[in-house]
Amino acid sequence: MAKALMAGNSIIGEAAIRAGCQCYFGYPITPQNELTEYMAAHMGRRKGCTFIQAESEVAAINMVFGASLAGVRAMTSSSSPGMSLKQEGISYLASCELPSVVVNMSRGGPGLGTISAAQSDYFQSTRGGGHGDYRTIVLAPSSGQELADLTHRAFDLADKYRIPVLILGDGVLGQMMEPVEFQYEAPEELKVRSNPLTGAKGRPGRIVKTCTSNPAEMEELNWSLFRRYQLIQEKETTSETFLTDDAELIVVAFGIGARIAKGAVKNARASGLRVGLFRPVTLWPFPSEKIAELAKRTRYYLVFELNMGQMLEDVQLALRGRGDAFFYGRPGGVIPNPSEVLRVISRHYFQKGLR
Amino acid sequence: MNKVFSRPASLKKMTFHYCAGCGHSIIHRLLAEVIDEMGLRERVVGINSAGCSVFAYHYFDIDMAESAHGRGLAVATGLKRASPGSVVFTYQGDGDLAAIGTAETIHAANRGERVTGIFVNNAVYGMTGGQMAPTTLIDQETTTTPYGRDPNLEGYPVRVSEMLAMLNGVAYVERTAVNSPSAIRRTKKAIQKAFQVQIDDLGFSLVEILSPCPVNWKMSVIDSWQWIDKVMTKEFPLGVLKEPPVRG
Repeated sequence: MAKALMAGNSIIGEAAIRAGCQCYFGYPITPQNELTEYMAAHMGRRKGCTFIQAESEVAAINMVFGASLAGVRAMTSSSSPGMSLKQEGISYLASCELPSVVVNMSRGGPGLGTISAAQSDYFQSTRGGGHGDYRTIVLAPSSGQELADLTHRAFDLADKYRIPVLILGDGVLGQMMEPVEFQYEAPEELKVRSNPLTGAKGRPGRIVKTCTSNPAEMEELNWSLFRRYQLIQEKETTSETFLTDDAELIVVAFGIGARIAKGAVKNARASGLRVGLFRPVTLWPFPSEKIAELAKRTRYYLVFELNMGQMLEDVQLALRGRGDAFFYGRPGGVIPNPSEVLRVISRHYFQKGLR
Repeated sequence: MNKVFSRPASLKKMTFHYCAGCGHSIIHRLLAEVIDEMGLRERVVGINSAGCSVFAYHYFDIDMAESAHGRGLAVATGLKRASPGSVVFTYQGDGDLAAIGTAETIHAANRGERVTGIFVNNAVYGMTGGQMAPTTLIDQETTTTPYGRDPNLEGYPVRVSEMLAMLNGVAYVERTAVNSPSAIRRTKKAIQKAFQVQIDDLGFSLVEILSPCPVNWKMSVIDSWQWIDKVMTKEFPLGVLKEPPVRG
């Protein structure tokens, strides 16, 4: 397919349809409304597909639960305050090992906050988010093209590991128009996963549940989930490095933050500073080993986020004292430009005597 | 010799864990009988809820899933839309369907989802030990209304079926009870009809069943049966609240 110019929210919608998403359940919240609207326009009349504007984010995530029981690819999307409401459902999806895709085009908080882009939901996204001991895979796209590619990957990962997968975007990614090329055509026939819960045809009844009165059974579920999480950490961790080979200082940033940081890194290089960029694409599993590898050569890490320092903790854990991490962030929906980040890079660069 | 009575095939050979005199075991059996008689075992899916019936899935030999507290009809919505050939029912108590799940209930009904709600109303939160439910009657003593439900403080019993009957998406609502053999037979017929309404693609269907909870009502079983007739049905009158449209 030739390149198309599309807004991020629409890109996710189109990519989801091409990934064989059969059911979409949404609820209006800015800055992700265009995604819900895209699905209303394109899924409602598609054969075998369902679009519902739910009565709440709580209902939407539970509709995803129901559709996933039936073995079809299902998705919901929201933004930060709505994501808080979905956490109960995500916990149940994780417990029942139901594949599902949840998009968060996040905004500034806490509370109702602003509708401007922020990355304040990093903790909520990467630490499970709801109650209980569980993880979700978290993908952090940073461009229109990546929104398309990672949306497709999200559905594949969800099915492969029977796990909820989060796409953590933000208001800028959702609204910004960029060229995009879709790698896949929409499937002619929608697939149903094996073992759907649609009626006990020729077999005993099957139960999908989370509740048990036996702590040993609950512990076994937790062990089994964590064995799978270990496998995911081993196989699915993804990151991007940019000009890190000879870098004296590496900026660590994700999503739209990394996009801003990349501009700053390019400008730093133009003025002769040996600066690189490290961008986690999967926020969970976090690319800790990759950072540990970089730390063999590079000592200084500037973590840049559109929050007050959340991924910073993962970077520090990954470094385990083998490098120095410092932080620069703008929370609340304020979006700095590359020159602001460049000033911070330069200050650290010269203070550390790197020149 | 002809066998005239046996365990329904959709019910597993297990002893119910419910308290003596509880209505859940009767309603479970009725559901299983209806599923067998209508030949639905291979395409029925039940969604049960938090509360006394949280372990209902252990007793049925059909596909069943648990939903988060109150979310049964949202889960049923997603399931039915993704698998229109399935016959989907929720099994929910009064706290689940009429308090924490009110929004999901009203909107699934209003969308006319082709699913069936089995709504067990025993006027208390049973599993957690007898707290006030949205359907607790005026002056009824519960652990959280120790001096009786005071409408000035706790409001009035919620008549969910009457509310749902007003919605255009709803095709059939009936309120029944399980406190006598005739009431039990009437309940079975209502469950049958509710499933038929779903299969006939007419809209949302719901059967509200007044069910005894002698333990939390602190009554003998016989007294609890009588209390349903004498007190509960005054607030929650039995009968059809909405008849399905006749197919012409």
